[in-house]
Amino acid sequence: MSWRFLCDLLSGVNKYSTRIGRIWVAVVFMFRLMVYAVAAESIWKYEHDEFECNIKQPGCENVCFDHFFPVSHISLWALQLIMVSAPSLLVVFHVAYRENREKRHNQKLYRSPGELDGGLLCTYLTSLILKTGLEIVFLVLFYKLYNGFKVPRLVKCDIRPCPSTVDCYISKPTEKMIFLYFLVATSCLCIVLNLSELSYLIFKYSIKCYLKRYIKKCQ
Amino acid sequence: MDWGSLHTILGGVNKHSTSIGKIWLTVLFIFRIMILVVAAERVWGDEQDDFVCNTLQPGCKNVCYDHFFPISHIRLWALQLIFVSTPALLVAMHVAYRRHEKKKQFRKGDRKCDYKDIEEIRKQRFHIEGPLWWTYTSSIFFRLVFEAVFMYAFYFMYDGFRMPRLMKCNAWPCPNTVDCFVSRPTEKTVFTIFMIAVSSICILLNVAELCYLLAKFFLRRSKRAGNPKHHPNHENKEETKQNEMNELISDSCQNTNTGFSG
Repeated sequence: MSWRFLCDLLSGVNKYSTRIGRIWVAVVFMFRLMVYAVAAESIWKYEHDEFECNIKQPGCENVCFDHFFPVSHISLWALQLIMVSAPSLLVVFHVAYRENREKRHNQKLYRSPGELDGGLLCTYLTSLILKTGLEIVFLVLFYKLYNGFKVPRLVKCDIRPCPSTVDCYISKPTEKMIFLYFLVATSCLCIVLNLSELSYLIFKYSIKCYLKRYIKKCQ
Repeated sequence: MDWGSLHTILGGVNKHSTSIGKIWLTVLFIFRIMILVVAAERVWGDEQDDFVCNTLQPGCKNVCYDHFFPISHIRLWALQLIFVSTPALLVAMHVAYRRHEKKKQFRKGDRKCDYKDIEEIRKQRFHIEGPLWWTYTSSIFFRLVFEAVFMYAFYFMYDGFRMPRLMKCNAWPCPNTVDCFVSRPTEKTVFTIFMIAVSSICILLNVAELCYLLAKFFLRRSKRAGNPKHHPNHENKEETKQNEMNELISDSCQNTNTGFSG
């Protein structure tokens, strides 16, 4: 099990997406998954080993690291990628359900099982809302857990068994900060894409419904 | 998820590229991505562990390393390769959109669509003309911009492309100016110069491709302006009309024959 599974999932979703949805998939692939896998993971690889406190007291470093990094940036990043891609599964399941239904009844029930209309449109809109919501939740979580998106060079720690207030140094803080800002920027871009897609779909289908009603009235 | 996935995505674009574009893609994968993965990552792998400062003061090494390497070479290269490869996705998406439109036409049974089956549409190679020309040219332009920006960022951040053996650091909590030694400076310099050289070659290839596309565009325009009768669309219409007439003639001949043979 690796990121390949997520790639395959996103490729499957691409088939049933609108144009903006395909841009979203491309952004997630290139600027989030790839950057995570080929660059970001290696920065945080030895973060615990390289976290150094100005003290020889055993256990002090462990306790201070745990206090300042309850969940590591990189683990939160991975969770965010998985959670944000997961709502797309709703669309895949709904299309599979439609195809199964057609097979069972042995007749054409839909114009095309993958076409965005009726129930599938509602599912698609729901997945968009969930994706946007989850992006915002994770951004807020990042902000609250780490007091903003800055990574300081030095943190002061006075938790037992540290005998007094001790200076602890974080490794590669500037590099980590640059990648965190990159993460925030791509998250915001994905939120904008999701909201645009939502508005576009709502607008398009409202116009369609209005026109249908207008034609019926004229008839 | 690794560089192999990027190869899969960009491999599809290769079919619709110019010859210079195909060379650029080959240079990108063999001389940049492969070198990054098989050699450069090993050279920079132990960079912080083997970065040694002449002090026992805890935290001094961390702070000095962070001061001299705000972002590691290897990560900057990885970001550069991702950004430089992304514009090719524009072309891939445009081609996919055109294929989708052709498949729609084929399914509707449109007479204009002269494909025998869906497989033929899937395997078709699109020529770089019309809107695809604009997408392709924009992607080359963005590639050039990203290459230039990253090369400048390298030069600006590391004061040139040389990796020094010794750096003097007096950032707090270092007690005074401390000597810090970089691991494998010569090997890192060699790889840095190699990557910069290949980046420059890629920039030259992109410029050549851009000039080639612009030259082709202006030549085509001047031909059309010079001889409107030989406009390709005009010629096609003439040919189609002739084909239809030939069919009518052959049909009427057949009918006459059967009439006589009957």
